[in-house]
Amino acid sequence: MSEINISYNPSFSPFALALSRESRQDVNACFQCRKCAAGCPVAFAMDLTPTQIIHAARLGLEDVVLSSKTIWLCASCQTCTTRCPQDVDIARVMDAARIIAMRRGVKPSVKSVKTFFYTAVKNIKRFGRMYELGLIMGLKLKSGEFTKDMELGMEMFRKGKIKLVPSFKGMRDTRRIYRAVKKEESR
Amino acid sequence: MSYAYYPGCSLHSTAEEYDKSFRKVCSGLGIELDEVRNWICCGSSPAHATSHLLSIALPVHNLSLVEKSGRDEVVVPCAACFSRFKFALYEVERDVELSRKVNEVVGCDFGGKVNVIHPLEILSAKTAIARAKVVRDLSFIKAVCYYGCLLTRPPEVMKFDSCEYPMSMDNVLRSVGVNTLDWSYKTECCGASLALSETGIVVKLVGDILAEAKRAGANAVAVACPLCHANLDTRQAEAEALKGEKFGIPVFYFTELIGLALGYGQKELGLDKHIVSVEPYLNSLHGGV
Repeated sequence: MSEINISYNPSFSPFALALSRESRQDVNACFQCRKCAAGCPVAFAMDLTPTQIIHAARLGLEDVVLSSKTIWLCASCQTCTTRCPQDVDIARVMDAARIIAMRRGVKPSVKSVKTFFYTAVKNIKRFGRMYELGLIMGLKLKSGEFTKDMELGMEMFRKGKIKLVPSFKGMRDTRRIYRAVKKEESR
Repeated sequence: MSYAYYPGCSLHSTAEEYDKSFRKVCSGLGIELDEVRNWICCGSSPAHATSHLLSIALPVHNLSLVEKSGRDEVVVPCAACFSRFKFALYEVERDVELSRKVNEVVGCDFGGKVNVIHPLEILSAKTAIARAKVVRDLSFIKAVCYYGCLLTRPPEVMKFDSCEYPMSMDNVLRSVGVNTLDWSYKTECCGASLALSETGIVVKLVGDILAEAKRAGANAVAVACPLCHANLDTRQAEAEALKGEKFGIPVFYFTELIGLALGYGQKELGLDKHIVSVEPYLNSLHGGV
């Protein structure tokens, strides 16, 4: 997994260029061997295999990539990244596709995953450390699935695995860092 | 021997037994842990899925706290935190521009002089001492070691054990008298944080992993990751319903098994916190532990 710095390359479609800039990965290096698809543990639930996502990106099929289920279902297990014979960090490309989809306001094909990322990242900012009960409640409010995992949640609570009160430690630091990141990214 | 210690969010909540048992094992083996003061979340997948800069900045803040405290090594038990810390080190070392940006947003001057290590690395170097301190026979346990995704992948970043067939956990557990079995699912994925969004995917993957563990002849699974533990333990009943097959396989943090071998009690190690109860298992298999 080597990083590249692409400024302009006529062999890249505009979307491949955008994706390669965000991920620092050369999607054009892919020769479609399908090792990433073969090893992907979540491929059974995806609409396109990781190999097809890379191919679509190379062709500039932005909407195919950004409206796919695949970019949201990727569990970042790093199997594809580890096995790619062309050294493409495919998991990083999936991250980049999600980031571009969110930035461009594309409606996510798997809403629950986007909601999870969004709610969790706000939770970390607010509390400094992950506050699980807050996260679970936040997800329930957004999904409307109030009874999902209720019994399991109660049992974990009884066993002291889910804390009632957040820690608040380091929340000043996370808020400061988030603000600075936002400022840097809007440049 | 003394290390800076970054427990991470899970070890203070859903994986409290990992923290408890790791601390016990360390105190038993003369290893001192000094928790990093005012540490913050590593960002985990919600950070790297939403902002690359944030996903590097959060671990670097923690690493700079370690550096400022005058230490050059930090032990990180959670596989997800371990992965994010290693990624941060890998990227700032190779990318001067990113390193500058990260230092600016964090407000630090991180020099990259911190070594990130996993408890398995410390305990691998202590197997002779651990073996000499074993007071409880655990030879009735036939465990499969489940390393999951992030401990070893990608190998250029993690530089830890083998990415397709790791053995460090097997070797550590064998040194304290636990039998570990050969199996092919050591580094399969459990679906990780999809448990909180697309639960069905996790239940399917957990079912596959546990079915394979059973086929291999295991009566326990050993893990080194809070998310692997949470998924295999809390989703086991749903996986049984999906597969139409009873597993009843307790899932242990490897530190809990070492702790048991060293003679610590079930409660001291946090074994009462599991969803798949381990008490009847330990009692029935061994005439009481």
